[in-house]
Amino acid sequence: MAYRSSVDIHTEWDIVAARQLGRNEAKKVGFGTVDQARITTAISELARNIYLYAGAGKIEIERLNEGGLFGIAIIASDEGPGIPDVRKVMEDGYSTSGGLGAGMPGVKRLMDDFRVDTERGKGTKITAIKWLR
Amino acid sequence: MNMRIPILKLNDILIVSLQWELDDQTAIQFQEDLLKKLHDTSAKGVVIDLTPIDFIDSFIAKVLGDVISMSGLMGAKVVITGIQPAVAITLIELGIRLENVMTALDLENGMDKLQQELEA
Ligand SMILES: Nc1ncnc2c1ncn2[C@@H]1O[C@H](COP(=O)(O)OP(=O)(O)OP(=O)(O)O)[C@@H](O)[C@H]1O
Ligand SMILES: [Mg+2]
Repeated sequence: MAYRSSVDIHTEWDIVAARQLGRNEAKKVGFGTVDQARITTAISELARNIYLYAGAGKIEIERLNEGGLFGIAIIASDEGPGIPDVRKVMEDGYSTSGGLGAGMPGVKRLMDDFRVDTERGKGTKITAIKWLR
Repeated sequence: MNMRIPILKLNDILIVSLQWELDDQTAIQFQEDLLKKLHDTSAKGVVIDLTPIDFIDSFIAKVLGDVISMSGLMGAKVVITGIQPAVAITLIELGIRLENVMTALDLENGMDKLQQELEA
């Protein structure tokens, strides 16, 4: 059975709340300190992107157990403007806000699975998974 | 909610010890406070200790990088100390290289390194 919890993202403080939830869930699944840091960092990046580019949205954290394989999924969803060119935002250094442009490519490297579903004018849903080894 | 990070002064070195998880506002406030304190005290060096910090994302990394560049413009050298293994690993995976940044294992080593730099 998958256990899911979530944090609505409206303000900067919600970014803090989301990553604290993620760290606690990661601990419960049994991740070590390095993976906890990876998961916390990934949530922080995705939550801030929601706050900056979509205004609002939510971060859901799901504990996974697929046939004895344990893991954690981060689902970041919003109903913002969508991402016009996904290939471009996955490039290191690409930013429309004067940021480092490290968030999206970084999350992909920090996690094991990474998927972007986005539609212009409709919103964006990013799913990132880390498996316990 | 908005907590100010204390900045201590020892001779001509400013010491900052980050004790809790940084939110965005606190990080920006810290940047301003540190530059103002550099200006007011004419300190020549800054040690920023990150020992209790268990993750750094791209936003905090950018603030730290900016703080170091801005301090440089104001004639002060910055040493970062106490980066945990998990933080070092995630920073590199994020693609962030704090190049040309002086680092040391802990606060004590950082103070020594800075003293040597300032005397050189
Ligand atoms: N949820 C989203 N909705 C719309 N656009 C997005 C969303 N997330 C990211 N983007 C776009 O993708 C770009 C790259 O995002 P990424 O997180 O990699 O870098 P950044 O946020 O600009 O900088 P950094 O994360 O390093 O501070 C953003 O500048 C933005 O244009
Ligand atoms: Mg980002």
